[in-house]
Amino acid sequence: MRIKMLRSVLSLVLLAAGPTYATAAGSEDDFKAAYAAAEAANKEAGSLRNQWTTTAATLAAAKKAADAGDFDKATASAKEAEALAKASIFQATSEKTRWKDMEIR
Amino acid sequence: MRPRSAIYLASAALALAALTLAGSLPSDAADKIDPVADAKAFRKFFTDKFPKVKLEDFVNGPYSMNEDLYRQWQEKEQFPPYEFSLEMGKEMFSKPFKNGKTYADCFPNGGIGVRQNYPYFDEKEGKVITLELALNRCREANGEAPYSYVRDEMAALTAYMAFTSRGKPMDIKIPNDPRALAAYENGKEYFYTRRGQLNFSCATCHVQSPGERIRAEILAPALGIVNAMPIYRSEWSGMGTTSRRFTTCNSQIRGVPFSPQDDEYRNVEYYLSYVSNGLPISGPGARP
Repeated sequence: MRIKMLRSVLSLVLLAAGPTYATAAGSEDDFKAAYAAAEAANKEAGSLRNQWTTTAATLAAAKKAADAGDFDKATASAKEAEALAKASIFQATSEKTRWKDMEIR
Repeated sequence: MRPRSAIYLASAALALAALTLAGSLPSDAADKIDPVADAKAFRKFFTDKFPKVKLEDFVNGPYSMNEDLYRQWQEKEQFPPYEFSLEMGKEMFSKPFKNGKTYADCFPNGGIGVRQNYPYFDEKEGKVITLELALNRCREANGEAPYSYVRDEMAALTAYMAFTSRGKPMDIKIPNDPRALAAYENGKEYFYTRRGQLNFSCATCHVQSPGERIRAEILAPALGIVNAMPIYRSEWSGMGTTSRRFTTCNSQIRGVPFSPQDDEYRNVEYYLSYVSNGLPISGPGARP
């Protein structure tokens, strides 16, 4: 009975540790993918002459977290940077015509 | 029944055509680039919004919007904070380059009393030339290194040139050249385009909200805003060029600024200067 219980506990521990190990291993790849996507979006914003300072700051924060080995935080920051870059692209695109609404006539 | 249907159909087609035409006409008219009409509407907007402000006072920025500030400014003008820069600029302007020439050799009328004609559109180059750019080109043509567009030396030189032009009405020309008209229109587009994470355009502050406070500042009206450049800003504890103003405006709204004298900034200065035609040069100015 005791051995059975120990086995169960061990299995639970292994089960719990397993996915954590797998997540940690995949996290660096996740970060790399998220960072590349964010950089690409920010580059597109640059071609539209409309980058945001916050995108650059968030990309830098992602890199810093990755350098410190905190890939969860790094990935979250990279995803946030991508969202910011995409918002700046949307702004640049919509303002191509919307600016006229503000014009003094 | 059939002829009636045909009549209905024809009427509907005519109505649709009329609607389409009516819809396209104002749009076509609105899309036509007409700087004269723009400048007229621009001036009317501000004079209607601030009927008590004299036209020539708009060049005094926030001081024209607030009586208390106006009084403080008049007292400050007894010992203006830009005076040191003016003296430095005067000395720099007359000091010969290593080749013996001076800035005066690069400008019409020896550079005295010409500020009101800048920026201008250079038809040879097909681009807008600002005073700051012309000064650096003068230096480079005479074997000197260019100055930073955002630092004290450039502010001092433009302060002196503005001072020799004080009271002269801004007089920006748009030559009969489609590229000049395009530069003007691009400058206008830049002025009204929202950018940065804060989603502000130049117009958000300087058209929609002049006279209002943004934190501790009172926002200046866009009409005549460039006539006071360069400026001493208490916030900066120093002088600032037009380039410095544009780049810091961009970063304040969380947009990545361009390099000083990139086309966008040259064009927006061209636009803002043109719509301020007729208002006196008041630079160098002082701002809170």
